[in-house]
Amino acid sequence: MKNKNIHRLARDAEKADAPILVSERYARRSQSTEIWIQFRRNKGAIVGLVLVAILVFCALFADVLVDYDNDVTGINISQKLIRPCRAHPFGTDDLGRDILCRVLYGTRYSLSIGFVAVIIGMAIGVTFGAIAGYFSGLAEDIIMRLTDILGAVPSTLMGIVIVSALGASTFNLMLAIGITSIPEFVRITRATALSVSRQDFVESGRAAGFSQKRIIFFHVLPNCLSPIIVQTTLRIASAIIAASSLSFLGLGVPVPAPEWGAMLSIGRQYIRTYPHLTLFPGLAIMITVLAFNLLGDGLRDALDPKLRR
Amino acid sequence: MNKESLSESILEIRDLTVHYEVGQEVIKAVNHLNLSLKKGRTLGLVGETGAGKTTTALAIQKLIMSPPGVIKSGTVDICGNKIMELSVKDLELIRGSVVSMIFQDPMTSLNPVFTVGEQIAESYMIHEGIPKKQAIEKAMKMLETVGIPRNRASEFPHQFSGGMRQRVVIAIALTCNPQLLIADEPTTALDVTIQAQILDLMRKLKEGRGMSMIMITHALGIVADICDEVAVMYAGRIVEKGSLADIFNHTKHPYTEGLFNSLPNIRNRSMRLIPIPGLMPDPAHLPAGCAFAPRCKYAGSDCTAEQPEEHWISDSHMVACAAYGRNGFHIERHEK
Repeated sequence: MKNKNIHRLARDAEKADAPILVSERYARRSQSTEIWIQFRRNKGAIVGLVLVAILVFCALFADVLVDYDNDVTGINISQKLIRPCRAHPFGTDDLGRDILCRVLYGTRYSLSIGFVAVIIGMAIGVTFGAIAGYFSGLAEDIIMRLTDILGAVPSTLMGIVIVSALGASTFNLMLAIGITSIPEFVRITRATALSVSRQDFVESGRAAGFSQKRIIFFHVLPNCLSPIIVQTTLRIASAIIAASSLSFLGLGVPVPAPEWGAMLSIGRQYIRTYPHLTLFPGLAIMITVLAFNLLGDGLRDALDPKLRR
Repeated sequence: MNKESLSESILEIRDLTVHYEVGQEVIKAVNHLNLSLKKGRTLGLVGETGAGKTTTALAIQKLIMSPPGVIKSGTVDICGNKIMELSVKDLELIRGSVVSMIFQDPMTSLNPVFTVGEQIAESYMIHEGIPKKQAIEKAMKMLETVGIPRNRASEFPHQFSGGMRQRVVIAIALTCNPQLLIADEPTTALDVTIQAQILDLMRKLKEGRGMSMIMITHALGIVADICDEVAVMYAGRIVEKGSLADIFNHTKHPYTEGLFNSLPNIRNRSMRLIPIPGLMPDPAHLPAGCAFAPRCKYAGSDCTAEQPEEHWISDSHMVACAAYGRNGFHIERHEK
């Protein structure tokens, strides 16, 4: 403790003695270091980051952690509806499957649906948003009005329509959620691209003979990344909720798979007598969504130059 | 009519008219402008804010944003390339390699997310089609040419000062040895000592490469320092053009006279500055006659009726002022 104080004193002294040196070093710090320093100050963001890291770990190593055939899908009627105990910390469900194992394995579904759906939505939304922001006029009008139309349909309804039309499968679920998240990406990218496109370096890019495609995707877009990153993170959270809702309605991942929404749906019948069937998958959804929201908010604060210092 | 257009000219602008159409209003930014520039010469394009200097510069490369900009008429010929007739693809080939541009504010004309080395290298990669590694190597060499150590190529624009950023901008503009460099107020955003350095650098590089240059500025000091020829713009027209000596020592146009009179005189410090009364007319509502007539102390009835003709005082010196049609007219400014 004392040692730490001495360190701090020494650092302060250095600052006072050589202010130019310190500020110079500060200026030479790379942008990513700067963002990390800002991010680290936010306790909620760190909690979010740690939770997301744990979730990603669970998803990646779900096969190692649990035995899919025996624990996750294996039916064992003699063990059914056990309340949380030492052998089954989260209890078992109506078919005797261990809920902890299922929740752990479910991370894989929720995260992969969240990531893939958002990547689909982002890829389409960002491309059109950047084009709309760069070109004013007809192209912008067409893209934005189509976006408005897409955004006017309630997203759950849209998801239901797409999944029922294409059939219930994990990929169709991802596609449905991806499509519903397009409008937000279009809007946020267009807004940023609009202001970036009016900057001098875009003009000088044109004067240097760069093609419009190059200017849009190599010059304008990299300058729009921070709001897109934030939006992506936050959007993963809502995609996970959307995926769970559709699975709850039976429109998502096919049955034996331990998707959290589907588990809630099964547990619904026992909610008065065996609430642990719904409690744990519900908690898992909540914690995951919370983690991504915390991370997203932290990123927003760290990436927004207006909120710095 | 015009005697300049004969020998090897880099740039020929004929009858260039650019309008900005904003709603119902038509802003006449550039009106029937003629200009030419020979190889290796530097032209100073002088005029106050809103005179159409930057619009002219952008129109030369067909870079006017449309909408709202419309190039109404005119031809631009750069080294034999008829700019107005070229396809977008061909224009992209010419921009950056035959003609390059330096923008006013070095703080915003570099892309904040790429290192300066990458930004210089990008032009090499596009115009010379060389791989990235080689391009970065050439970019480092280019940085040294403009007086920045090569090891700073991996730094970002925000790690540079204003003067150094302008050096980087110059480096980017010169990557492909353009025939014509258009510098749009390259030193306005810099302080005076850095201005001098940057001008020196530009002159040196220009002479080393045999480039032609258009220097857009409103500082007559810079013109005297670096230019061979001067064109004075007012309300979208060139009111007087000629060699540096023509304009500075044998001023003819009342507006040019007004510009010089509003400069402090270093030999006679007690002399009062004489400002030009009034403001430049709204470019959306230009008068039918000479746009300067309402502010001109020599204006007569012949000035407001129609556009003044071009009077050629000598082979190089042109003045667009109706008063030179009157017998024995001369302005008050004493010839040096």
